[in-house]
Amino acid sequence: MARIIVVTSGKGGVGKTTTSASISTGLARRGHKTVVIDFDVGLRNLDLIMNCERRVVYDFVNVIQGEATLNQALIRDKRVDTLYILPASQTREKEALTREGVEKVINDLSERFDYIVCDSPAGIEHGALMALYYADEAIVVTNPEVSSVRDSDRILGILQSKSRRAEMGQDPVKEHLLLTRYNPDRVSRGEMLSVADVEEILAIPLLGVIPESQIVLNASNQGLPVILEEDSDAGQAYDDAVARLLGEEREHRFMSSQKKGFFSRMFKGG
Amino acid sequence: MSFFDYFKSKKNNRSASVAKERLQIIVAHERGQREQPDYLPELQRELLEVIRKYVQISDDMVQVEVDRNDSCSVLELNVTLPEH
Repeated sequence: MARIIVVTSGKGGVGKTTTSASISTGLARRGHKTVVIDFDVGLRNLDLIMNCERRVVYDFVNVIQGEATLNQALIRDKRVDTLYILPASQTREKEALTREGVEKVINDLSERFDYIVCDSPAGIEHGALMALYYADEAIVVTNPEVSSVRDSDRILGILQSKSRRAEMGQDPVKEHLLLTRYNPDRVSRGEMLSVADVEEILAIPLLGVIPESQIVLNASNQGLPVILEEDSDAGQAYDDAVARLLGEEREHRFMSSQKKGFFSRMFKGG
Repeated sequence: MSFFDYFKSKKNNRSASVAKERLQIIVAHERGQREQPDYLPELQRELLEVIRKYVQISDDMVQVEVDRNDSCSVLELNVTLPEH
């Protein structure tokens, strides 16, 4: 039986796909057989972030509708050989993801993989509900910003009432907070919500803090999951998050600002 | 940040505490609504119809809430009647 992890947020543009790519790559690099599924039917992007966009032949909806087998649709990652990608359909309606169809695919994948990472679309519509329905755990990606925090709280409410675990009266979905685009300098100047502020409002355990970094855009430009940028702060922060997801204790890093002297602030800029 | 910005920009940027305060209020409010039973909006609508047979009131003059304690739930109904 695989562990099913949904990467969700409510709000768009906070880093769900970036996170799905890095978390799944991190799990696979540690030897776990991992598959990452793009649930964003009509707006597929995980393939671009993972640099396999030119290898997509069949997709998730083709499998659900019996037009292709799972083996035909799964794309094996070129960098990590225990990692597979199941791309979303670019042309179909979101409603093509039926509950029964998704369940069949997840059950089949569950027999072959250790981890199933579900990359949710933004919003709280059908695609997002399908992505979280079968989850055992949820990584709630949040920016330190009012609309993102509010939407994360909304998604937490949905996880607690509309997931399969909630409907069946089983143990609740295990929730993890991943704070992304964190800028310690702005936090120290009182311009940005701190980790502690967001933890206090959402009241769920912190999985990690990913610092805002130019590396993230550089990596997505090249189709490289940022966790593979091993020398970067964002890459290392994602690696820490994967370790914690697997039960390791890791101290949180990259949460405080590097102190700048009077002269560097005056002449080099903030 | 240029030379002059360093001296002038300190004061009005401490907006994080405002953000936190606003979020705490709206999130608490929305969580309260989330825990209400599903039938509440329908109940409110029907109550409004019944009361309107006798008194003219507007939509926001009927408030329906459920308070849950450990042992029992209390349905609280507040109807504001118009002044004569």
